[in-house]
Amino acid sequence: MKEEAGVDVPQALPSGPSAFIPIQEILEEGAAQEVMSEALLSEGRADHIIMAMGLHPTYLTCFLRTQHALLQLDGPLPLSWRHFIIILASARHQCSYLVQHHSSAFLLAGGDESWLRGLDCAPPKIQHLQTLNKLLAHRPWIITQEHIQELVCPGAEARWSLAELIQAVVLMSHAHSLASFVWGCGILPEPEQSGDPSLQPCSPTESCCSARDKARKQQEWSEAVNEVKLLMEKMMMVQQQGEEFTQEEMVTRFERERTESLLEPADVQHSVLPDCVSRFVAEADFTYQDFSPRGVQAPPTMRAQDYSWEDHGFSLMNRLYGEMAQLLDEKFQVVCALTYNTMAMHSHVDTSTLRKAIWNYIHCIYGIRYDDYNYGGVNQLLERSLKVYVKTVACHPEKTTPRMYFSFWRQFRHSEKVHVNLLLMEARLQAALLYALRAITRYMT
Amino acid sequence: MEKMTKVSAISGRTMFCHLDAPANAISVCRDATQVVVAGRNIFKIYGLEEDGFVERLNLRVGRKPSLNFSCADVMWHQMEENLLATAATNGAVVTWNLARPCRNKQEQLFTEHKRTVNKVCFHPTEVNMLLSGSQDGFMKCFDLRKKESVSTFSGQSESVRDVQFSMKDYFTFAASFENGNVQLWDIRRPDRYERMFTAHTGPVFCCDWHPEDRGWLATGGRDKMVKVWDMSTNRVKEIYCVQTIASVARVKWRPERRYHLATCSMMVDHNIYVWDVRRPFIPFATFEEHKDVTTGIVWRHQHDPYFLLSGSKDSTLYQHMFKDASRPVDRANPEGLCFGLFGDLAFAAKESLMTAPPSVGDVGRKTYPGGDRRYPIFFFKKPDVTAQFAQVSSALSVFESEAGSSVGMDWFINTAQSYLLSGKPFAELCEHNAQVAKKLNRLQESTTWTMLRIMFSEPANPSLSTNHNLNKSGNLPLVNSFSMKEMSAALNERNKENRQDNIHSLETNLNNNDENEETEGSEGQAEYLFGDAELDDDDLYSMEHDNQAAEEPEYLLPQEAFPLRHEIMDHPSAPEPVQEKPESPHVSGSEAESTCLTPMESISLISVSQLLFSPHLPPKFFCPIVKEMLCYYAEQGDVQMAVSVLIVLGDRIRKEIDELTQEHWYMSYIDLLQRFELWNVSNEVIKLSTCGAIMCLNQASTTLHINCSNCKRPMSNKGWICDRCHQCASVCAVCHHVVKGLFVWCQGCSHGGHLEHVMEWLKQSKHCPAGCGHLCEYT
Repeated sequence: MKEEAGVDVPQALPSGPSAFIPIQEILEEGAAQEVMSEALLSEGRADHIIMAMGLHPTYLTCFLRTQHALLQLDGPLPLSWRHFIIILASARHQCSYLVQHHSSAFLLAGGDESWLRGLDCAPPKIQHLQTLNKLLAHRPWIITQEHIQELVCPGAEARWSLAELIQAVVLMSHAHSLASFVWGCGILPEPEQSGDPSLQPCSPTESCCSARDKARKQQEWSEAVNEVKLLMEKMMMVQQQGEEFTQEEMVTRFERERTESLLEPADVQHSVLPDCVSRFVAEADFTYQDFSPRGVQAPPTMRAQDYSWEDHGFSLMNRLYGEMAQLLDEKFQVVCALTYNTMAMHSHVDTSTLRKAIWNYIHCIYGIRYDDYNYGGVNQLLERSLKVYVKTVACHPEKTTPRMYFSFWRQFRHSEKVHVNLLLMEARLQAALLYALRAITRYMT
Repeated sequence: MEKMTKVSAISGRTMFCHLDAPANAISVCRDATQVVVAGRNIFKIYGLEEDGFVERLNLRVGRKPSLNFSCADVMWHQMEENLLATAATNGAVVTWNLARPCRNKQEQLFTEHKRTVNKVCFHPTEVNMLLSGSQDGFMKCFDLRKKESVSTFSGQSESVRDVQFSMKDYFTFAASFENGNVQLWDIRRPDRYERMFTAHTGPVFCCDWHPEDRGWLATGGRDKMVKVWDMSTNRVKEIYCVQTIASVARVKWRPERRYHLATCSMMVDHNIYVWDVRRPFIPFATFEEHKDVTTGIVWRHQHDPYFLLSGSKDSTLYQHMFKDASRPVDRANPEGLCFGLFGDLAFAAKESLMTAPPSVGDVGRKTYPGGDRRYPIFFFKKPDVTAQFAQVSSALSVFESEAGSSVGMDWFINTAQSYLLSGKPFAELCEHNAQVAKKLNRLQESTTWTMLRIMFSEPANPSLSTNHNLNKSGNLPLVNSFSMKEMSAALNERNKENRQDNIHSLETNLNNNDENEETEGSEGQAEYLFGDAELDDDDLYSMEHDNQAAEEPEYLLPQEAFPLRHEIMDHPSAPEPVQEKPESPHVSGSEAESTCLTPMESISLISVSQLLFSPHLPPKFFCPIVKEMLCYYAEQGDVQMAVSVLIVLGDRIRKEIDELTQEHWYMSYIDLLQRFELWNVSNEVIKLSTCGAIMCLNQASTTLHINCSNCKRPMSNKGWICDRCHQCASVCAVCHHVVKGLFVWCQGCSHGGHLEHVMEWLKQSKHCPAGCGHLCEYT
């Protein structure tokens, strides 16, 4: 309406944890959970991330346990450093929410206030992490053992021990994927943060209400119902599929999924980065880029069978940072097994193929390939708008728009969309970790 | 017989060859002459020749090999020598027939699994039976004469990591799973497993049936353990467990060696270990050739324990000879030593060492067989003739501290209570304290007290026996140098003597003055040399004290076994150096030599002191050393000694030490005393201290606040009249006057009055003077 009028009607500040999800839904489904109250008790409050994740309490338990161990419990890095690394990492995705949150945590942990003036003010040891941080955030497949060597090499000044480095890697990938979640769910700044006008860009100016309303229009609704039915049929089909493919066909399918460049989100015109974030970023123009599959310098695809989390990643991390390996392993298992056997308005549905497709699609855009997976399934099950959303959130989270959020799976519940975000976040985390751990393994051998 | 001839036919050496690509698995044909290597980009057969590997066949054919060639596992049939099976990463199970005439040897292709196949396994005796286990959670049994699987087994859980047919039971196979379970199946009953148990936390990567012992299954998991299970009983029992240092990727029993198995790891660790499962702490043998993780191991022949083949991610194929393996046990350290929380000490060593007659000198002789090993515990392992393991029988002794002795801080309390700090002449105080310390086995402190007495006493005092000697010999340093000389002659002997009775030896030395004088004049050189010897002795000396004082005498093991953690710098505290030290600078250097040349006129320190100064050194002379000694004690954590000496010496030393340090010592000591609830001692110390800050401790908190007995409000102004209700609060129950001085009251009924009045009253009556009927007591 207001678009028609051409008048920019001032909007009320969105309230609640998320710009996309109505607060009522979160409160109804989430707040009653035990985990939430536990989090509330231990932290003194439940921040918006926790509230959004509260839609999936089994996962939230795991997540909180891991995050607690990562940030609070014994580890090779000092507490304040951990928060600072998170700040650096989330700044790469322009996630002012996390930057702000951890800046105060950093000060609370006794961090030196002067570091917060920017990356240049931090000790050189932390500055050395910048390259790894950049690669982990945007193109983890480029990480090689040389990068590890630079940091760990005994000759280097301010060198990192392997144990420290592993923790830093986990911290960074954790922050990157959490930033994806924050953007993907449109998490709003905490009340005390929102006072700062520079922190608004979390919910871009586009009106989310109008977008949602549009999605709910009557004829679209019936259309949507049909879409769900269609999707379920496809899932059945994919599950029963027994056809045989040549290897070439499989490779082609994989490459096709990986490089669908149409899905690149149009460059959303972003307001200039708030200073509080940009001062932690060096080389801000380094972002995700599809690696040319047949190019000369193309790094080979990683075969999941050759370096998997269950076998190799876990074993390595277990050696260097034991508790974290256990926790992450549990978290991956929980998120992969998470299902309520529902889809939109249907219940008793086996969603495993759909979940697998999303997971493998994310690994696919990060260049990890499963020999035993038919990537044709991805194409059939994931509609275009979903792919756009997933790819954007996984690779350029800062470019997520409410329109993207509302345009995929229009008939699905918000909790199901959060579920997609959880899968996304964990798949992304695992992919980044695998590349980093593989580089460390190569460095060690 | 046939077996034997075959075994003897195998010979070879440790050798390797480069592969084109990393290997994922290897398998060997039955007659041990060929080995197949499979990986993502390799599928080749090598012949095993006397002096190297020879490539026989490349099975990876075609311009663009399909994913079916990307092998996760391979197995060579043990009955049919032309038959191979591979598990492909894309979920295919492929069989290969080497007898096929064309280049492509592929025979059958089963694409029933949806996900990667992790393992294939031929039946050991049935020619046509093949089993596969896949990531999708299913196991399938194939009859090679048919195009499809004959039965499917559902593990009802995620990924199957390994499947193995039993060597002895025709129908049984074992499957291991990613969730840590192991299942036993009967091949005839695809509906349900026979048995299931949880073997590991996290994935079980591999399992292997024992070639001879029916029902023994070895499993290896991501939790870094290798476990051996006995399935022959009703309950599955874990009989052996080996803890390795990395996730266990493969495990293979060693042929002909009942308790041996070989393992390699998934990550990080590249070595192959052969374990004796009965000795789970140190590998029996290690092969360290690979540069990247080992992915496949196989014993070359099923009856030959001396050849092991292995493939690795570093693209090499190795044949290891058992005789070339390294034996970690040879490098292991067989001794262990550990302190317990309460001062107990455990010491394990080779038994031969423990029982052999001590040959390390009198130190050992004296302390060791004295049998202070009060609760020795011995673990014996019956030597097993079949075990090919280095026999290390160790004895573990646990030395417990004796209850009620000077363990912990008992010595502190005893000392605090028994020391006399004032009230007697200085010499007697010292004497007394020396005795106390000696009784408590604190010989160093005891000696210190004795030396202090000698240093600061008036020499003319006839009450002390040593002073006679002093008078006769004329000076003290003489005594000292004498003892040193003797020491140089027979260091060991003196050590012993010292140990037996330090003070005694000192005093006996004091009595030998004649020799002293001789020594002194002529033997400057000897004395000079003596510096080294003295140091040695000193170390020993202090070490012994340390043992006795801090731990307890019962501990005495051969001292060689205790590399003391800190070298104690106790020159200032040990009595002899105390005197030697300050003078040695004079003697050393060129002057020492001149002493040698002209002994009579030399200014050797003793002669100087004798000639130039009065016969006894002024007490002031010792002050720097005593100060150093006090600091030493304080630094060692024995503020008790520091403060006690400070008090006893009083003005003799006080000015030497700065006020703040003194105060610090006092505070620490008082704090300690109060923690041990030694209020009286602490008060005495406060009283005797001369520091202003300490003295006022006793003047603090001397106020007692009282409340008015009428209005229950605090009384602010005066003790006897309340500002608020203007009543006299404390009235004597006997005379009914206000009590302004000492007020005593019964804690039972809280009536009271003037001290004298109440005393008098209670002499006559047992009841409260206020008439409340309470039976008050006055003690």
